[in-house]
Amino acid sequence: MTSAGLTAAHLGLTTCATCGLLSRPASDTVPGHCPRCGASLHRRHPDAIQRTWALTIAAAICYIPANALPVMITTVAGSATPDTIMGGVVFLFTSGSWPLGLIVLIASVLIPLGKLLAIAWLLIAVQRRALGGERARMRTIRLVRLIGRWSMLDIFVDTFTVALVQLAPLMSVQPGLGVVFFGAVVVLTMLAAESFDPRLLWDRNPLESTHD
Amino acid sequence: MLGTDGKIRLDDADRAASASRQPAVACPGCDLLQCLPRLGPSARVRCPRCGEVLATAPVDPIERPLALTVAAAIVLIVANTTPLMGLAVAGRAAQTTILGGALTMWSQGQALTGALVAICAAIAPGAYLLFMLAVLTAVRRPPAPPWVGTLLRLAGHLQPWAMPEVMLLGLLVALVKIAELATVTAGVGLYAAGALPVLLAAIAVSFDPGAIWERVTWVGNETPPRIAPR
Repeated sequence: MTSAGLTAAHLGLTTCATCGLLSRPASDTVPGHCPRCGASLHRRHPDAIQRTWALTIAAAICYIPANALPVMITTVAGSATPDTIMGGVVFLFTSGSWPLGLIVLIASVLIPLGKLLAIAWLLIAVQRRALGGERARMRTIRLVRLIGRWSMLDIFVDTFTVALVQLAPLMSVQPGLGVVFFGAVVVLTMLAAESFDPRLLWDRNPLESTHD
Repeated sequence: MLGTDGKIRLDDADRAASASRQPAVACPGCDLLQCLPRLGPSARVRCPRCGEVLATAPVDPIERPLALTVAAAIVLIVANTTPLMGLAVAGRAAQTTILGGALTMWSQGQALTGALVAICAAIAPGAYLLFMLAVLTAVRRPPAPPWVGTLLRLAGHLQPWAMPEVMLLGLLVALVKIAELATVTAGVGLYAAGALPVLLAAIAVSFDPGAIWERVTWVGNETPPRIAPR
C-alpha cells in the first residue's frame, strides 16, 4: 500500500472521531463541526492526558478497598463468613476447580492491576516525549482496550451467586462493600483507556522509518 | 507539495476525497495520511506505521449483519425472560434471571452494582441491537436520513459496555462455585446466554460502519467539500 510521509496534523486536517471523515477544520482555535455527521471536531481527544490521569488515579484508589473489603458474605446456619476476591480465588483452587480459579485470578486481580500500570506507563511516555517504542506502546493500548472488559467477571459471579443463594435461614449470600469499589475500578479503567489518544504517542515521531 | 512517488500529494488527497470511493484517510491510531487501496472481498487494511485496522470490506455489510441482529435480538429476549439456572437444596428451590440477579443486588443494598450489571448484561446489548436494527433497516434504501448517523454513533458508544461473553463466563464460574453447596440445574436462558456472544461477535465481523457512513445524507445536504489548503 501507499506509504505516505505526512500526518493529517501536518496539513492542518482533522479526522472526525465519530464518522472518520477527513476534513479541514474551520480554524485552528475553533475547529467547528464535521461536514458529514455534524459532530464537533477535535484535533486530539480533548484534555486526553489530564482526563486519563484523573480516571487512572481514581481507579488506583478504588483498587485498594476493592481487594481489601469482602465482596460476598456467606451466611450458613447463622454464622457469617466474609469473602474477598482473593478468598474466592483460593476457594476455587482448593475445591479442585483450579482452571476457574486461574481465570478469576487473571480477570479480577492481574488484569485490573496490569491495566493501571500500562495506562500509567503510556501517559508517562507521552509526557516525557519518549521517542522509539511507539509500536510496542500501540500494541499495549490495543490490548488494554481489548481485555479490559473481562475484569467485570467477578461482578457477574457475585451477582449470580447472590441472586441464587437466597435460602435464609438455611444458607444465604449477601454482597459486600468491596463489590461496588471493584465495579468502580473496572468502569474507571475502561473510561481511562477510551479517553487516551494514541496519536499523542506518535506526534513527535519524525516519520522517517515509514517507507515500505 | 511532495512530488516523489509513494507519497501523498495534496491534490491527490483532495481528488481521492471528493471521489468518495477511495478517500484519503488519517489513521485513527497515529494520524498518518494515506489513500486506501481498492479492497477485495473480506480484505482488511492496516496502517503501515502503527498497525491499526483502517478499513475492512465485509462481503455483504448490510443484509448479513441485519439478519444476525434480528437473530441476536430474539436470543436476547429469550435469555432475559427465561431462568438462567436453578438451585435445589434440602427440599427448597430457587431460580434466577439476568435482571432478577441485578434486582437482587439492588435490594441487597448494592444499587450501583445492580445497575452496572443490568447495563452490561441487558440494557447495553438491547439498546445496541435496537439501534443496529434501525440503522441497517433505514440504510437499505439510500440516501439514509441523518438520524442514522446519530444512532450509529450511539451504537458505537454502547458496544464496549455490552458484555454478554463476560456474563456467560461469570455465570459458569458461579455455577461451579454453587455446585459445591447445592444441586444446580441449567435453564433455557443459559443456552440463550451461550448463543448471544457468538451472534454479537458475528455482527461485529460482518458489519462495516464505513459502508453506512457512505450512504448517510450529509448534514445540511452539503456536497463533499474540497480539503486542499485555503
